[in-house]
Amino acid sequence: MSEMATHGAHPPGFAHQFEDMTQQREAGSLGMWVFLVTEILFFGGMFTAYIVYRALHYESFVTGSHLLEVKFGATNTAVLICSSFTMAMAIRSAQAGKRKGQIIFWLILTMIFGALFLGLKFNFEWRHDYIEHIVPGFGFRYRPEWGALGPEVQMFMCFYFFMTGLHALHMIVGLGILTVLVIMTARNKFSPKYFAPLEISGLYWHFVDIVWIYLFALLYLIGGRY
Amino acid sequence: MSDHSEQAGHGVHIVPVRTYVLVFIALMIGTALTTAAAYVDMGPWNTPVALAIATAKLMLVVLFFMHVKYAAGLTRIAILAGFFWLGIMVALTCSDELTRHWEIIPKGWGGMIVPFLHHLLF
Repeated sequence: MSEMATHGAHPPGFAHQFEDMTQQREAGSLGMWVFLVTEILFFGGMFTAYIVYRALHYESFVTGSHLLEVKFGATNTAVLICSSFTMAMAIRSAQAGKRKGQIIFWLILTMIFGALFLGLKFNFEWRHDYIEHIVPGFGFRYRPEWGALGPEVQMFMCFYFFMTGLHALHMIVGLGILTVLVIMTARNKFSPKYFAPLEISGLYWHFVDIVWIYLFALLYLIGGRY
Repeated sequence: MSDHSEQAGHGVHIVPVRTYVLVFIALMIGTALTTAAAYVDMGPWNTPVALAIATAKLMLVVLFFMHVKYAAGLTRIAILAGFFWLGIMVALTCSDELTRHWEIIPKGWGGMIVPFLHHLLF
């Protein structure tokens, strides 16, 4: 058989350096996880700094944590879990060979939940923080009840904005990726044999969800609310 | 065709919708639980409980939504290595930063031993 003929027999999306589709899929998944491991350590650097400073300035960090509204954090956690579910369903639809309209439906739903998360964060939560004068660098004001703890409370707010800000940036990137996926789906790029971009992007989206699960627990709920 | 037997070619494991829905419900319950737990005074246990629930949610997302339950062994080892390295970073940083104010020799050994012997002997 000539090389041309072998090439012609390749299923769509199959890269010829791989033995078969299973090997290609596993290699793609492993590659994405290696990237996500760097992301774990990237966010991990901030989590480590947060753990250390929280241990050193526990009382100030509890005071800072109580400035945040649990209702915003909890609502956004629920919204992100919904988006993870719809993302998983989008990938499943492609795997099961459902109509492309169904895949696009789940992807768009994922984007709506993602946008809802960002909308709640920017438009309600950060706006609320700005009005309360607890955004460092944007009219931050020490409150008399904090006493000498003021600068450390401000440091907590810096952690809060850097960590949630970087998370929000990942969400924005995720929305861009989802847009590309919708276009690719519309152009019939995916089939039950080839759905790697969906699977890989799903890993990214779920990872961002996991980061938020920890941010919610560590930033909003530390020291209790009683 | 039952949900369980749904299997595309090339060894793709298709997770049943039922599993995804159950995981989704469990994650929602976990979120409600962790939020409610923050309003209960558990003394020093509030943070460990919050982190335990967060970790349970992480396991659900990783195993089912991210398909790691059905992934190749190599992928699982890479993931475990990632979390292990995160553990190294946290543990060694804490062992440095949080022990700096410890006195190496509290009050001087002599200052402790003499009163101690005095206490034992007299």
